[in-house]
Amino acid sequence: MATSYQDDDSFASGAEFTDNVDKRESLGKVFEVIFLIGLLIGIFVLALLLFDILGDGLGRFLSPGFLTDTPSRFPDQGGIRPAIVSSILLGLVVIFVTVPIGVGAALYLEEYAPKAWWTVVIEINISNLAGVPSIVYGLLGLGVFNYLLGFGPALISGALTLSLLSLPVIIVTSREAIRAVPDSLRNASYGLGVTKWKTISSHVIPYAVPGILTGVIISVSRAIGDAASLIVVGAVGFLTFDPGLFQRFMALPIQIYSYITRPEPGFASAAAATIIALLLLILALNGVAIYIRQRFSIR
Amino acid sequence: MQNYTSQDDPYLLPRQSLDKDISEDISERIVGAILFACALVSVLTTFGIVIIIFQETFGFFQEVSFAQFFLDTKWTPLFAERHFGIWPLINGTFLTTAIAMSVAIPLGLCSAIYLSEYAQPKVAAVLRPAVELLAGVPTVVYGYFALLFLTPLLRNFIPLEIFNSLSAGVMMGIMITPTVGSISLDAIKSVPRSLREGAYALGITKLETIFKVVLPAALSGIIASIILGISRAVGETMTVLIAAGLQPKLTISFAESIATMTAYMAQISGGDSPRGSLNFKTLYAVGAVLFVITLSLNIVSYWIANRYKEKYE
Repeated sequence: MATSYQDDDSFASGAEFTDNVDKRESLGKVFEVIFLIGLLIGIFVLALLLFDILGDGLGRFLSPGFLTDTPSRFPDQGGIRPAIVSSILLGLVVIFVTVPIGVGAALYLEEYAPKAWWTVVIEINISNLAGVPSIVYGLLGLGVFNYLLGFGPALISGALTLSLLSLPVIIVTSREAIRAVPDSLRNASYGLGVTKWKTISSHVIPYAVPGILTGVIISVSRAIGDAASLIVVGAVGFLTFDPGLFQRFMALPIQIYSYITRPEPGFASAAAATIIALLLLILALNGVAIYIRQRFSIR
Repeated sequence: MQNYTSQDDPYLLPRQSLDKDISEDISERIVGAILFACALVSVLTTFGIVIIIFQETFGFFQEVSFAQFFLDTKWTPLFAERHFGIWPLINGTFLTTAIAMSVAIPLGLCSAIYLSEYAQPKVAAVLRPAVELLAGVPTVVYGYFALLFLTPLLRNFIPLEIFNSLSAGVMMGIMITPTVGSISLDAIKSVPRSLREGAYALGITKLETIFKVVLPAALSGIIASIILGISRAVGETMTVLIAAGLQPKLTISFAESIATMTAYMAQISGGDSPRGSLNFKTLYAVGAVLFVITLSLNIVSYWIANRYKEKYE
């Protein structure tokens, strides 16, 4: 009853209808602000987080010996050198293992794979692997590298575990980079009678390098920041020497976790200082990537 | 998927007939085989996960019955009086996940709607990567922030235990916001312009177009992003381990310390539990439950996202 009355009324008098539009438009403005606030909350928290960590840890980070000493049982002494060395070693192994395998797999799926049920299976499988939690990769690493291959809780076990963890990301981003290479480039090469692999290695890969590098950096920074899988594989929170490939190992995130879980108050600022080191390492990696990407894309 | 497959490539057929050098042909085949082997690594990884997890889980269920695992309401494998009821861990996991998603869904959707419908392209080009930075911060850092900044802050207003699911969940939600946001953004962006223009032509305001036309059209993509976000939250370890504590209990109170499946796994492991011990096997039994839950969520999300793709392409 009420509706039909309103309908009639709005048709009869244009003025009331226009008022309604104003109201609806201003409600729209209100929601625009709400959406913007929702977007900015995340960025605000990120800024707050960085500010808090710099405030807590910058003093400790700049204190002499923090980057170059081995850890100490006392909160305001000692440093994080073994953790830094471990993290860099882990990152290097991850790069050496995942880049060839990941790019190889991407090349196969984009350039060679026939349309068949089993290539679809491989693709679905890769996207599922990207969603497997880090700690489950830890279980895999513990079973395969620690026990089956007999490495024990050594750096190499952790590094190979992280490699498997970052493989799906590298494959997915490399495929996108390879797919973006224009077909005219391949056709030109084939037209000159160049073989398939030589076409790929001399034309497709160089063209795709910037995109591939982006994927490599994203996944290596994830790997360096990952702690859950390394805890399962057996990373330790305290080490007084720089580890080799087959020794017990640390990692910056593990060092942070170990500092946070100690009750004495001074360890909180040591944790914050270690976080600064970890973020700087990740930032440096991204810086290198941006630099290389620009150099390659200027060609 | 791509144009060039060795079988049916029109450009390659004449070349092969002209081929003089057999060794070149062999080396081409070898390269193809090597690349194929690279692609197989992912399949082997999956087999590895399944075989290793379920082998140890099988061993676990030879010592602990299904009834003890699924019907008991206590999880105390480390105490003298052992109980192996998985529900307290699942309870903790889904409590933190629910809190995380009640943060990540609104923030992620607000980000996606603003970036797609309101922001100038130049502004969006700055804001989108800024939001996605949230996903690049190591999770242990969120744990630090939750325990040492957020919890003390919230304790001024709410009576919380030092370890509580609220701080951990909220931090996890912030961390998952880009997951929900990015995929929703892609879904919203792929709603055809003509649908919006049709709505405007009928005299509907921008806001009404968003809620009545754009969001319903993008719904399956948005749901897929939310399910993927849930899967991330279920599998996330460091934040809940640091900020939510290690006390498995059945509670819906966000103020208490709980334990999630992942936090228990991190606690029991360390490469130190002797292989073959029952503690070692609980690690894999809990891991199997976690794996099955996240895998099902990922498959559902993948399925929904794909169904939606067919609609507009």
